[in-house]
Amino acid sequence: MSFDLNFIGILIGAIMASSVPLILAASGELITERSGVLNLGVEGMMIIGAISGFALMVVTDNLFFAVVGSMLSGLIISLIFGLLTQSLLTNHVATGLALTIFGIGMSAMIGKNFVGIPGKEFPLLFVNLKESIPFLGPIFFGHSIILYFAFGLPFLTNYFLKKTKTGLIIRAVGDSPTSASNQGINVTLVRYSCILYGGAMCGLAGAYLSLIYTPQWIENMTGGRGWIALALVVFATWSPIKVLIGALIFGGITILQLHMQAVGLRIPVQLLSALPYIMTIIVLVVISRDSRKIKLNTPTSLGQIFYKEK
Amino acid sequence: MYKLFLRSLISVLFLLGFSLNANAEFKVGFVYVGPTGDHGWTYQHHEGRNAVEALGIKTTYVESVPEGADAERVIRQLAQSGHDLIFTTSFGYMDPTNKVAKDFPNVKFEHATGYKREHSNVSTYSARFYEGRTLLGHMAGKMTKTNTIGYIASFPIPEVIRGINAMTLAAQKVNPDIKTKIVWVFTWYDPGKESEAAQALIDQGADIIMQHTDSTAPVQVAEKAGVWSFGQASDMQRFAPKSILTSIIDDWAPYYVERSIAARDGTWKQQDTWHGLKEGMVAMAPYNSAMGSDLVKEVEQLQKDLASGKAHSFTGPIYDQKGNVLVAEGAVADDGMLAGMNVYVKGVEGDIPQ
Repeated sequence: MSFDLNFIGILIGAIMASSVPLILAASGELITERSGVLNLGVEGMMIIGAISGFALMVVTDNLFFAVVGSMLSGLIISLIFGLLTQSLLTNHVATGLALTIFGIGMSAMIGKNFVGIPGKEFPLLFVNLKESIPFLGPIFFGHSIILYFAFGLPFLTNYFLKKTKTGLIIRAVGDSPTSASNQGINVTLVRYSCILYGGAMCGLAGAYLSLIYTPQWIENMTGGRGWIALALVVFATWSPIKVLIGALIFGGITILQLHMQAVGLRIPVQLLSALPYIMTIIVLVVISRDSRKIKLNTPTSLGQIFYKEK
Repeated sequence: MYKLFLRSLISVLFLLGFSLNANAEFKVGFVYVGPTGDHGWTYQHHEGRNAVEALGIKTTYVESVPEGADAERVIRQLAQSGHDLIFTTSFGYMDPTNKVAKDFPNVKFEHATGYKREHSNVSTYSARFYEGRTLLGHMAGKMTKTNTIGYIASFPIPEVIRGINAMTLAAQKVNPDIKTKIVWVFTWYDPGKESEAAQALIDQGADIIMQHTDSTAPVQVAEKAGVWSFGQASDMQRFAPKSILTSIIDDWAPYYVERSIAARDGTWKQQDTWHGLKEGMVAMAPYNSAMGSDLVKEVEQLQKDLASGKAHSFTGPIYDQKGNVLVAEGAVADDGMLAGMNVYVKGVEGDIPQ
């Protein structure tokens, strides 16, 4: 393996690009869960976002519409989840699983006519800087705008939850919907908003895959990334910054193990393939050992149905 | 309650069986491992099915069937629902196909790329893809500037290892300094993973990308990175017009037509088919003129020689990684050795995953 600095820069750039969908989906789901709603439909919302984004790109030939449309469709499908769990008070786990199954089937059906169409080139920013600055160039430049957004999102989310009134309200609703309700907060409305926001972010994560990362539509192309995002939220103990770290570790080891193979390191390939999962869990468990902090961050009412008596 | 359930189940099955008997039309079933729109492996099998359908024979297909327990269920269902001939088109369907064949002696089964024919109603067929790989190796050896060829491999089965070896041998012949770098992705079809593997190989210095997986993702990555690539199973040229030098095309249509007619007319017999460039089951997409007319001519000549038998992909002397002789000088590898190939030839880096 050539170990010059520029190569390491390129490697880090590739790792960042591969972790974007995880960061987006996990950040969205984190807000949803902090309001006390457990939405297991992440994978379903992502795949719907992926097909809607790609289909809109083909039909309108406009990437802006495609990106916005993918977020809207993620939002719409999460609205179904909201209606069921918040208004009809169905079980969160069952409804979320149904949403994933629905999303995968639905996307395959819509996608029938979009298979095998080459994608459009998504504009990358500062490409000339990427090439002219060694090491730092490939890390900071030559990415899509969505990547920059994704890397800012965890910090924004952290600030939003900790320092703003709306963030406080969301946390209050997640910790004790009854007390929040007694304070005059409309719990159902807050939870609806958080569900819709999570849906939009998952839609965007899917669109990143079908428009930028592997620009084409392929059945089941999210390949379980939604489930990894879900796991990241839990292992990161509902902290946005740790979600970012976890996503980078996961993306990093996924890419690194391919490089190790290409170099011809004599480590069993099966072990290498399992490494991303093992390492991400170990690291997140180690950095989240403080049980007091975990308690502070865990939305106590997660997954519980809230019903306001009238 | 239980008895009632059982009784109704039996009556339903009886009715089902009756309705199927009444409908004795000749039908052919196909089981695909990927979606018909993969523009690779499954797409080509589907083209073969279309050719059968064009004869006026009724066909059914099931796509994206995972290899394993699900496959057996799907094959069984096709057999149960009155299909007379069933093509199972992936290596991993080998055991399920034989298992179902045992229970349906009147149904004919055709399994692609496998070697088990446990019952007299199971035939196997495959193409000599390695002949195509030899041509790719020749081009890769001539076109590479970094002397590094990147190879995305799916599963460590003889078919894949044979391809790696055939390619490496041909490349070494024209360029003794080449190295083959391999990444195993353990999937036939996962565009995200395939493109990450392609990118890793390119970052490691490969300027030729070759794949034994089915999606168009690797050639698209190669196009973006400005390195050469080869399409797999189907002509992938429009996904990477500048980068693709040629594609290996699997042409199953003539075989599917021949076997379907034989089954319909009652002349179907068990056999093991292994066709290549000669019979046209392996074909090459148009060569990219970017490699220069001299090289194109060379490759076209080699293609003719492989088809006529004048040249062979595995001509001795061939050594394994440790330097032991696999094929002696002047000899060629026989089909038995090719079918069970499980070692790398000299010049391939790394170990075969066990």
